[in-house]
Amino acid sequence: MTAYIIRRVIALIPVMIAVSLITFLLMHLAPGGPFEGQEGKRQDPYMQKRMQEAFGLNKPLYEQYFIYMSHAVILDFGPSFQTRGRNVTDILKEHYGYSLKLGLFALAFAILVGLPLGIMAALKQNSWVDYLSLFVATVGVAVPSFVLSLYLLLFFSTIFQWFSVAPTLESYQNELKPWILPTIALGLPSAALLARLARSSMVEVIRQDYVRTAQSKGLRQSVIVLRHIIKNAMIPVWTVLGPLAAGLITGAFIVERIFLIPGIGSYFIDAIGNRDYSMIMATTLIYSTLIVIFNLLTDITYGLFDPRVKVGS
Amino acid sequence: MATTTTKSGEITFDQAAPARSLWSDALRRLMRNKMAVASIVVILFFVVIAVTAPIIAPHDPTFQSRIRTGGGVELPPFWVADGKPGYPLGTDVSGRDVLSRIMYGAQVSLSVGFIPMLIILIIGTIVGMNAGFRGGWVDSLLMRITDITYAFPDLLFLLIVISALRDTPIASLLGGLPLMFIALSLIGWVGVARLVRGQVLSLREKEFVEAARSIGTSNGQIMMRHLLPNSLAPLIVSAAFGVPGFILAESFLSYIGIGVRPPMATWGGIISDGFASINSSPHLVWVPATCIGLLTLAFTFLGDGLRDALDPRMKL
Repeated sequence: MTAYIIRRVIALIPVMIAVSLITFLLMHLAPGGPFEGQEGKRQDPYMQKRMQEAFGLNKPLYEQYFIYMSHAVILDFGPSFQTRGRNVTDILKEHYGYSLKLGLFALAFAILVGLPLGIMAALKQNSWVDYLSLFVATVGVAVPSFVLSLYLLLFFSTIFQWFSVAPTLESYQNELKPWILPTIALGLPSAALLARLARSSMVEVIRQDYVRTAQSKGLRQSVIVLRHIIKNAMIPVWTVLGPLAAGLITGAFIVERIFLIPGIGSYFIDAIGNRDYSMIMATTLIYSTLIVIFNLLTDITYGLFDPRVKVGS
Repeated sequence: MATTTTKSGEITFDQAAPARSLWSDALRRLMRNKMAVASIVVILFFVVIAVTAPIIAPHDPTFQSRIRTGGGVELPPFWVADGKPGYPLGTDVSGRDVLSRIMYGAQVSLSVGFIPMLIILIIGTIVGMNAGFRGGWVDSLLMRITDITYAFPDLLFLLIVISALRDTPIASLLGGLPLMFIALSLIGWVGVARLVRGQVLSLREKEFVEAARSIGTSNGQIMMRHLLPNSLAPLIVSAAFGVPGFILAESFLSYIGIGVRPPMATWGGIISDGFASINSSPHLVWVPATCIGLLTLAFTFLGDGLRDALDPRMKL
């Protein structure tokens, strides 16, 4: 197992180098740069040259790349281009909390809503719970976060006015209420996915021989459901939680933007517009690292939760 | 199937039941699926609007009218007191007719849904077919590219590619639509290639391929005549499921202002323009949002229907 994990981690290094190289080259080889000014706005060429020297943009590309990466591995992402005088690492520290909070809320929502719905639906097939679960699963999977966010905003903020259309920074810091709509918008598709998966997995397990054996032994129904059915049916569910969590943390761009949450996704979109090279590189590296780590964890948990799967060999 | 034996001992088959191919069978099953038929109707509705937009749109989508009401900058829709029948959905902040913009927006959304899909189907099939059938360096390369692509969050990669190419000549063509096609194709083809590769890997060991090879069929012929038609079903289903993602990506990118360039009308752009006045004119948000929702839902349900129709056992 340890050897397997080490082997997998080593295999990640070339992937991460490729990701960083692609991002770096795309940003630097493209025409235009952070100090070329906006359209129609002239900038002093002398100042421009000074700025480029100050940020090391006059050095050869490979040198810039090595300088950046050698700092990036110790989590020093260099000075920000758009917010003068600030380090990207400091900016990220200030903003990542919001993204993390939203991602964790959405994950909790997905698990607390999706799993019970799926489990109940399987235990009471063709009942109203089953139909409700099917409805949530269909709508949740099919209606995209973008549209869902806008609808939630329209109904609950504009028509019913239960929530503010444009929550302030302070309210996101101090209150829980403004987080409700974004959590639903981001979490519902995942909840739907979990409900679907939990239901189909449960239905499969219920039909297994060992469940019939347990029933014929005269075990109490609650024991059968908890110890035999749910425990085994959750194996495929746990394994999607990894990619799901990664998706929720990194996929919050849309929701963050619409609900004006000052998270990394929102900040990244600004950085893209301003050609903030160091910020773009930092965000890409962090998000990619998160994704590959979550994928790796998923593969490892396969082996932990299901003894039949041998990941090492 | 009933058989009759003639006097000379030959066996002939009754031709009473017409021969049904896999595809006509699938079509019959699809047409029995109410959700799928409704989805096709919705998609066709938007296609008709998109194609006939230059004829049926009441106004030029970029023309800024000077008709204004006392209260606000934009003209309200017809169900509000001040609305004018000439502008059924009113005008936006710049005085442009919203209904016409919605109609022209359908052109953008549909082309963004279909054209990159066509491109990635072609590229993905060629690469996946070769990787699966021939193996070797094409296969190793594809697997490495897959590793890298899966490590990139899709939307993040899309944002980087579009912003990197924003100042190139291609970005100013047709309001930036071709750039959108390229960027979406860049992230999409790997998935198709993986799918085709997987199909080919399992198909190439089947007896009919062995039979074809034994009578001297060339590799190219095997790929085109045997492997491709047999991997079409999952390919079509995954295409239907892929289209909504493209439509959404374009809408969101246009919403944050780096997608299709103004003044070209797009649904995401209309939402972005109307977002500031969401309280006074909510229709500037809900009408385009509903269009996006309807069209993406239709493709998703069509994908569901196609999956069930083409192969009831297939799971994607």
